[in-house]
Amino acid sequence: MTPNPAVQGTHTTDHRSLGRGNVNRWKASHRPVVVPYSSSAPGKFPKVSLNGISLSYKANDGSRLLALDNIHLKVNPGEFLCIVGPSGCGKSTLLHLIAGLHQATSGHVLVDDKIVEGPGTDRILIFQDLGLFPWLTVGQNVEFGMKMKGVPKEERQRKTEYYLRLVHLAQFKDSHTHQLSGGMRQRVALARALATEPDVLLMDEPFAALDAQTRDLLHDELERIWSETGRTIIFVTHNVREAVRLGDRVALLTFRPGRVKKEFAIDLPRPRVLEDVTVAKSAREILDELREEINKSLQEQYGEEKVS
Amino acid sequence: MKRLAKHVIFYAVLIGLWFLLAKLKIWPPYVFPAPWNVAQSLYAGFEDHSFWIAILITMKRMLMGYGLAVVLGMVLGLGVASNKFLEETMGGLLVGLQSLPSICWQPLAVLWFGLTEKAILFVVVMGALLSVTISMEDGRKQMPKIFGMAGRNLGAKGFKLFWYVLLPASLPFVLNGLKQGWAFAWRSLIQAEMIFVTLGLGQQLIMGRELSDMGQVVAVMILIVVIGYVVDGLVFKTAERRLHQRWGLAPAS
Repeated sequence: MTPNPAVQGTHTTDHRSLGRGNVNRWKASHRPVVVPYSSSAPGKFPKVSLNGISLSYKANDGSRLLALDNIHLKVNPGEFLCIVGPSGCGKSTLLHLIAGLHQATSGHVLVDDKIVEGPGTDRILIFQDLGLFPWLTVGQNVEFGMKMKGVPKEERQRKTEYYLRLVHLAQFKDSHTHQLSGGMRQRVALARALATEPDVLLMDEPFAALDAQTRDLLHDELERIWSETGRTIIFVTHNVREAVRLGDRVALLTFRPGRVKKEFAIDLPRPRVLEDVTVAKSAREILDELREEINKSLQEQYGEEKVS
Repeated sequence: MKRLAKHVIFYAVLIGLWFLLAKLKIWPPYVFPAPWNVAQSLYAGFEDHSFWIAILITMKRMLMGYGLAVVLGMVLGLGVASNKFLEETMGGLLVGLQSLPSICWQPLAVLWFGLTEKAILFVVVMGALLSVTISMEDGRKQMPKIFGMAGRNLGAKGFKLFWYVLLPASLPFVLNGLKQGWAFAWRSLIQAEMIFVTLGLGQQLIMGRELSDMGQVVAVMILIVVIGYVVDGLVFKTAERRLHQRWGLAPAS
């Protein structure tokens, strides 16, 4: 395999200079923005670190199945990490663990060097099926997290408007969620998560069910919002191109049990375009690795067939 | 318009037949009241306010008993649904008890509470409680799990999680049970009111019997049907329609 220069970790910029809330990151985008990845950023905790996470559960026949095996990952503040893997590798489960909705069998999730013991509004998960509340309006959905936190009403309203504007849905504040299109619902979920003002945004294949145009649009918006708000994002997808399009770094998980097979730093200038040759090239390399895992999963499900 | 015309024709024929049968005088009026007897009783009842008072008293009992049953039923239903042991043991008992007409509780209720308002309330609560409990249990199980997870994820827990997430999320699944509970409670209440001097609609009906005034009996029966119909058609149908609109579900046919 020939190493792809774009996927190699050469950091020319200290990541702290691109820190959170740096709204002007885009404006200076004539010069290629080298997005940093450094697993050993000096003098700082990683925002999220997974220390030897394993998860096993009881299968129907009574035997114990290992879903996740000794996962170690560190995510820096403000970093955009994508996790890819074949379906069934436990990548969604991993997000649920970080969100504190499930307990790992062994190992710890640490956020700001503190062990996660349950759900907390410092980490908000955007579910694959969104989980928007159909009994509330769009605005009330966005407001929900703040209401639970006890944010005063006036501030809640102000922020709801702000975040709805951020995702271009201000005029749909009083609509009900079923009246919106798939892409719009996706943006409501994003606004609802952002309005809670989490440090870490966890996204579980959020764009998988969308058509290509809508997805491209949301990629741009997510990238913009990420740069404007400086959140740390952990983004799970099975689409390698999407991962390369969005991520500072891509972690590849193996098929059952899920392990971190390899990590790739993506040093392509932003904003990126899905169809760009460099994106395709980087994706190619990751895809080669992923294909092995897909074959393993296919073999398990359908027998001997192989994808070449 | 067509529907209304059908209704008018149907009821006109029905009342016409009744009129005819009464005119033929096959049975004496104290066995088969004529429409004009009933109309007279209705007029007299509203004129001397006794029907208004009866309706008011009955509705007050209904709201109290039903309200209590809904609150208890929700707590019980959620408890049963969230505890495997309770579900396996109490689940069956609840279904079994539901086959018991709640008026069967009347003797015990009178013994425990005396001939009081409480005894009536007890019977009404027992009438609605089980339907509400069972439907709440079902609703909690049918409700997509993601709502609970999303709620916890956004920082809701304990009572807030119940009140702002689990309760509204399960509403479409329990609405039918709430409706059924209302119907059961309504029947139980009328039955309970017929047992002793209670001033409600049930007692107005019994009074008609005591006075051999079948006009009054039928008049009260009509009131009971109309009130039941209005509550179902206005309160529950409206709630259902609004819920379906909000959730974007197919309209209830």
